[in-house]
Amino acid sequence: MELALNQPTPLFKRLSWFDWLFAAIVVASGLFALTRFGDFMDIYEKGILLAAIPSLALFGWFWKPFRALFIVTGAVSLFAISQYQGELARMETAFFLKYLISSQAAIMWMCALFLLATLTYWAGVLSRSEFTLKTAAAMTWSAVALGFIGLMVRWYESYLIGADVGHIPVSNLYEVFVLFCLFTAMLYLYYEARYQTRQMGAFVLLVISAAVGFILWYALDRGAHEIQPLVPALKSWWMKLHVPANFIGYGAFSLSAMLGVGYLLVQRGILASRLPRLEVIDDIMYKSIAIGFAFFTIATILGAMWAAEAWGGYWSWDPKETWALIVWLNYAAWLHIRLVKGLRGPMLAWWAVVGLMVTTFAFLGVNMFLSGLHSYGTL
Amino acid sequence: MNQAPHTFGKSVFELMSSMRFAISLLSILAVASIIGTVLKQAEPYNNYLIQLGPFWFQVYEKLGLYDVYHTAWFLVILTFLVASTSVCIIRNAPNFAREMKSFREHISEQSLNAFKHQHEASTTHAPEALAASAQRYLEGQGYKVRNLPRDGGVLLAAKAGSWNRMGYFLAHSAIVMICIGGLMDGNLVFKAQQLLGTKKIETRDIPQSQVPAISRLSPSNLSFRGSVQIPEGSSASVVFLNVADGYLVQDLPFSVALKQFRIEHYTTGQPKNFESDIELFDRSGKKIREATIAVNHPLIHDGIAIYQASFADGGTRLDLRGWSLFAPTAASFPIKGTIHQGASLTSTAGDYTLEFIDFRPFNIENMGGEIAPAGNTMSVLGGSPVSDKKHLRNVGPSFQYKLRDSRGQALEFSNYMLPLELDGRWYMMSGVRESPNEAFRYMRMPLDADGNIDSFMRLRGALLSQELRPEIAARFARQALPQTAWGSEIEDKLKFSATQMLTLFAKGGFQSLGQFLEENLPAAEREKSAGTYLRILELAAFEALQIVNQQAGLPAPKSDDATGWLVRDTLNSMSDMFVYGAPIYLQLLQYDEVKATGLQLTRSPGKNVVYFGSFLLTLGVFFMLFVRERRVWLRIKPGSALLAMSAAKHTIDFEQEFARHAQALDTLAK
Ligand code: HEM
Repeated sequence: MELALNQPTPLFKRLSWFDWLFAAIVVASGLFALTRFGDFMDIYEKGILLAAIPSLALFGWFWKPFRALFIVTGAVSLFAISQYQGELARMETAFFLKYLISSQAAIMWMCALFLLATLTYWAGVLSRSEFTLKTAAAMTWSAVALGFIGLMVRWYESYLIGADVGHIPVSNLYEVFVLFCLFTAMLYLYYEARYQTRQMGAFVLLVISAAVGFILWYALDRGAHEIQPLVPALKSWWMKLHVPANFIGYGAFSLSAMLGVGYLLVQRGILASRLPRLEVIDDIMYKSIAIGFAFFTIATILGAMWAAEAWGGYWSWDPKETWALIVWLNYAAWLHIRLVKGLRGPMLAWWAVVGLMVTTFAFLGVNMFLSGLHSYGTL
Repeated sequence: MNQAPHTFGKSVFELMSSMRFAISLLSILAVASIIGTVLKQAEPYNNYLIQLGPFWFQVYEKLGLYDVYHTAWFLVILTFLVASTSVCIIRNAPNFAREMKSFREHISEQSLNAFKHQHEASTTHAPEALAASAQRYLEGQGYKVRNLPRDGGVLLAAKAGSWNRMGYFLAHSAIVMICIGGLMDGNLVFKAQQLLGTKKIETRDIPQSQVPAISRLSPSNLSFRGSVQIPEGSSASVVFLNVADGYLVQDLPFSVALKQFRIEHYTTGQPKNFESDIELFDRSGKKIREATIAVNHPLIHDGIAIYQASFADGGTRLDLRGWSLFAPTAASFPIKGTIHQGASLTSTAGDYTLEFIDFRPFNIENMGGEIAPAGNTMSVLGGSPVSDKKHLRNVGPSFQYKLRDSRGQALEFSNYMLPLELDGRWYMMSGVRESPNEAFRYMRMPLDADGNIDSFMRLRGALLSQELRPEIAARFARQALPQTAWGSEIEDKLKFSATQMLTLFAKGGFQSLGQFLEENLPAAEREKSAGTYLRILELAAFEALQIVNQQAGLPAPKSDDATGWLVRDTLNSMSDMFVYGAPIYLQLLQYDEVKATGLQLTRSPGKNVVYFGSFLLTLGVFFMLFVRERRVWLRIKPGSALLAMSAAKHTIDFEQEFARHAQALDTLAK
């Protein structure tokens, strides 16, 4: 009789051959990177790379679609790199690079696909067509893949510009906005599969589209897509940890805010029949804020440690730092509200929406309106 | 515990530890933090005064808005947070601890029946048998299980995810720990001493050696964060702490000497790295250690961290050549100068004081190479991330100085050492401006064939000199006319107008020429005659060049383009000369650069406390957010089994899990 029960089998028994293949590929590519590019890394960066290997493998085992994403991204990126034959100029001449997978081309395709996906999600919601929604999800996936390819290739390109110029593409607003789109989209795709509800994509993709809009304006109008060498303060391995951690946080918070919007609409009976149940929205909202809060906590701590090394103090009340604290406190408050009977529901949804404004100011407004150490005034 | 009578203390305790209070605190702290990001903190008080005006300046000062995060009221909020969190822990500690251990095995059957999540299954199995299999199942699901005999059956009490509670302790005590660590590194001690009047801020601008003891902090001071500038070849044994509108002098247990400061540049000219070779000496002057620090690579010496923070000029020595711009001869005189110092200057052009402000060994200037238009088709396809920096060039050293006349009026100048190429010709550039917030206006002086401004200076002198004027005019007239017309009154006419032009020009350059035309010619004729006059002036100037070359014992100037441009440019820059604002131009011949490094020194004993707290916080947050606490009870009696389930937080996962267990029970009970 017990055989009828779905007893949880231990992890290793649950892994398929593909899981193992994936793990093998991760290890291989990790070691490849280490041997091929090791000369460009200091001891810490090598450490980060080695730590990344098991983390990525586990992550792929935990979230299966990541395996395909990783393999595709890696393969295409390597192909792109091979196309360069060590010459930047081929960006304008080589067909694939010029139109598809040079960093800029890939990122522009990412932007296009995100915008397209947004429209498609809305079409799917309004026409109640599961197929359309599936298409939208597929577009989002492709956008994510192209985004990562774009970043990988950009990373390589930066080294082609000059060995001393080369750096991981998480160093300026343009690059981190791409990162933001990718993380937000991935978080969403995870929950979409987990809860089998595709409708919320219509809302989540809105915030991504906004970011895409910014990227396009920033690149075409301000030429922000140009790879600039790092200012001395940014030349540190901390950047590889601090920035991505931050943007997982920002991404998760934005996700929750868009769910908040959905919640408030459904609660008012708008699109109610087309969107998920309130409980589901609320649940995802909580989960994404939980993830966001956890990573933002880590990011802020890493930031403090970095500051202690670069600026001579782990906390300087510099505007960027302070706004990070404000964001953090805001979501700490949110989590507490959720634990108080009678304060839940719409109140939380509103708070999450307001939270997005606070967050947006923290990572955009501060750079635009407030000066401080993060604008590298001193050096 | 809540049964105790509500005394005042009790209700304070209740309030402080209440969740709503926590929420308000977190929100208030967030809002309070905003203030200091809107108003730039720790600026010189004058800036605030200008920005706010006298009244609001006072108000803001009273509120401590210039250093919000160290004001009493901000600390009070923090203290409340710490207190509230601690009280909250104290309050929850006992029952949370109990919760973690307990299996709630004394729960009654009625209350189980009252559970929202409960499911009854009829069974044919003997209670013990079912209990055994159910226990195995639950343990497989990650539960800890107690198997307790109850009348006529069994009670299984199971729990999972108790670490969630542990997370609560970790995270919240971490908050307390971090705040305490932060306070340890704050300036509380000084604040206290200031209140007691044993320490006070120094506001005068005096050499640090003269700063009295009351504004000095001893080397044993527990925590500080100060900065100091050290020129190459000298050393410092103190750092300065900016406080409010003044500063404090922090004596160091050692002295720091700067051997060399280096800036590395990328090929594009942006700075790539800042490095200082420093040496540490103890009080007795014995060398302790030697190190190179750079941004992101500080040196830590017995608890004091030394950081590369900034850089400046450390008193570069300049070897200058002064030109009096209005002297009728190419007269120059030597001057020596040192950055951050002054010099008095007595010249034919009058008495001035010089203040040398700054020296820059590199100047990356935008030499106006056309920049690819943004938004072209290529960049719609993505464009190239490779920035086109070809128009940026390093145009070499420059130095800035103020020239103050006897009336105390000062102008600021910025002169390049090397000539710049503009529209294909080379010039010496000297910029001038009235106030720091303006851009420099540049006077450009043409170079001659062998790359000097001497020809310009000679020609300039000749065109200003009255003695030479008749000769120039005469030569001009002769050149202009055929032999046959020499001596005729046409020649006199030409002489006259040439002299007239030269005199006018010597008064105020083209401006006064223009003025003359305005006043003496009807609008219709101006255009035409302006052309003629200009031509006359240029030809006359060419003759002047002949003369000065002769005097200088140089070959006669060739009548080619180069000479033509030299003459034209000379006339132009002479016109600029009249609005240049100073009768003297300083040309930089040689320099001996002395750099200074800006170091920041900190001692922060709280750092490790904060880091440890941060570590606990991370752990705690993860436990709290990602470990779900659940309890399951299974009351088995002959014929029936009652499943009940509870959790601290009701998420959808919980609902699904309950459904799973219910189904499992049915299967087992069959
Ligand atoms: C910066 C300050 C604080 C931070 C970052 C913080 C963080 C958190 C987090 C992340 C949770 C978990 C929420 C969840 O499980 O969804 C939590 C729970 C909680 N916090 Fe705080 N908290 C802070 C201050 C306080 C204060 C001041 C109090 C009390 C007055 C408090 C009382 C609680 C309680 C009772 C819980 C519920 C624990 C549980 O049931 O598992 N917290 N806190």
